[in-house]
Amino acid sequence: MAPEELISVVPPGASERRAVPFRGNLLPASIAVIMSIVVAVFALTMLWKFDRSLHVDGARIAIARIIEIILGVATLVIPFYGIRALATSRRAERLAASGDHQNARIAVEDSREHIWVVVGIGLTAAVGGFIAFLMSANQGAVRSVLFDWSVIWKSHSGLLQGFWLNIKLFTVSEVLVLVWALLVAVVRSLPGRACAPIRFLAIAYTDIFRGVPAVVAIYLIVFGFALAGVPVFKSMTQNGQVFWLAVLALVLVYGAYVAEVYRAGLESIHWSQSAAARSLGLSQWQTLRHVVIPQAVRRIVPPLLNDFVALQKDTALVAFVGALDILNFATIYKSQYFNLSPVTGAAIAFLIITIPVTRFVDYLIRIDKERTQAR
Amino acid sequence: MSAFIEMRDVHKSFGDNEVLRGVDLSVDEHQVVCLIGPSGCGKSTLLRCINALEPIGGGEIYIDGERVSGRGVDVNALRADVGIVFQSFNLFPHMSVIDNVSLAPRKVLKLSKEEAADRAYRLLNRIGLAEKAREFPDRLSGGQQQRVAIARALAMQPRVMLLDEVTSALDPELVSEVLTLVSQLATEGMTMLLATHEMGFAREVSSKVVFLYRGRIEEEGPPEQMFNDPQSERTRGFLRSIIEAKRL
Repeated sequence: MAPEELISVVPPGASERRAVPFRGNLLPASIAVIMSIVVAVFALTMLWKFDRSLHVDGARIAIARIIEIILGVATLVIPFYGIRALATSRRAERLAASGDHQNARIAVEDSREHIWVVVGIGLTAAVGGFIAFLMSANQGAVRSVLFDWSVIWKSHSGLLQGFWLNIKLFTVSEVLVLVWALLVAVVRSLPGRACAPIRFLAIAYTDIFRGVPAVVAIYLIVFGFALAGVPVFKSMTQNGQVFWLAVLALVLVYGAYVAEVYRAGLESIHWSQSAAARSLGLSQWQTLRHVVIPQAVRRIVPPLLNDFVALQKDTALVAFVGALDILNFATIYKSQYFNLSPVTGAAIAFLIITIPVTRFVDYLIRIDKERTQAR
Repeated sequence: MSAFIEMRDVHKSFGDNEVLRGVDLSVDEHQVVCLIGPSGCGKSTLLRCINALEPIGGGEIYIDGERVSGRGVDVNALRADVGIVFQSFNLFPHMSVIDNVSLAPRKVLKLSKEEAADRAYRLLNRIGLAEKAREFPDRLSGGQQQRVAIARALAMQPRVMLLDEVTSALDPELVSEVLTLVSQLATEGMTMLLATHEMGFAREVSSKVVFLYRGRIEEEGPPEQMFNDPQSERTRGFLRSIIEAKRL
């Protein structure tokens, strides 16, 4: 073959810039205007229905009305921005037609900004409208059945007594899970042929316990083994030591999840970190302990927290084996008052724990980043 | 006199890829030996084999008359004696500078916290970074990080230092601060084996230059001879390409 000529990399007519076409946003702006009106009408209707379903009077109704009016006015912001989006978009078209592409693009950018405002507030209003619908449906039955504060107040001492059991359960389980899961993850990462059987054991454990529903594991461990007369389990269940059996079940189930989280964390640390530590004479264990694990743990805090929140909620499953936890108390009160509000109270109790913990951990992560990373 | 580091017919493969094909190399005590050669010629692997970060496939390595390759070697004790510094620093990002330097003395040499910190401070003072002791590695420049990495290796009071292209990852204006430190170590009599692309530096500090080509030693000799009058055509070709890159 003849040697090919070198391809030229100079574009034809290099001095002329290609004309950049103007791209308007009339269509999205039009959709935004329509949707903004639909959402506003929906939210206002629901607010109106909610107002009709209120059976209170005096100062309470005044407060409710003030809040409703504020929300109602806020809802009007949505079509306002929808209309602005369309108007700006049309101005952009006019500017483009007159040849002022630069200002036309500025107008399109403004219009897009308005559309995002419509989307943001619109979604909020839609969710708010739906909640108002739920609350006002069937003459506000949801409020009296699920949110009767006087019933929640009447049951609060029992709920708190039950919740104390949940708190003990998840605190003990979380501490044990942290240690146990790390052990499983480290075992799974052991090198060499000699460790193959123990690695296999760790894999089998994680596969099985991640697959078994937590409630089934609790049932089997608390009742199943006792029923079959397995020595230690039998005496523990009979002596009412359900607590530790429940902890065992939770640790086994969540240990399997958290072990996988740990493993992902350990594997994410670049091997050069281990090489650097080993080259200083640190043993394999010292390298894990001082170099790999501390870095891995920092990376996995968010997913770890995720699993812990799930574990906290799943402590409510011990109600199914008769432990007097918050859900069991709530069920008792529910039958007593013929009202579901105690169950709502239980939900609130969990939220009061999990939300601040999540925010606190976010805060710790931020502090650590600010300390160790380049500004 | 037998050499301080002695490599005899060392082979190393990664799968089918034979990286070292019979290397015989000796480094005397207080000698500074520079390994030069094209990328992929086995410089880094050779260094890693010496402190057993890579197990070798054949041959033997001796340090001070003691076999340090194969089975029956206490690798942790070996590595405590042989410091290595990497191209990419590999400082521990979750530890402050002082903790990076004092970790191994504390955990391997079992020094008390105070002794280890004292030793680390003196080393940081020596490299002019004492005021950065409480900073984290990510907050330092590349040159500062590499100097800390050198201090971290020195804190173990190694008998030999292996430097693996310690300036290759640095911006040009940061290279000299690191090379100054290395040549100070050389003048003080530290035994060193370094892989480098800095030919001017190699000529200046080394007692011996070794040209490695495709896993074998192609040519070795004193720097004057290697740079002024190389015998092998391959050495000449390599040096020519370096000159073309305006590095010499």
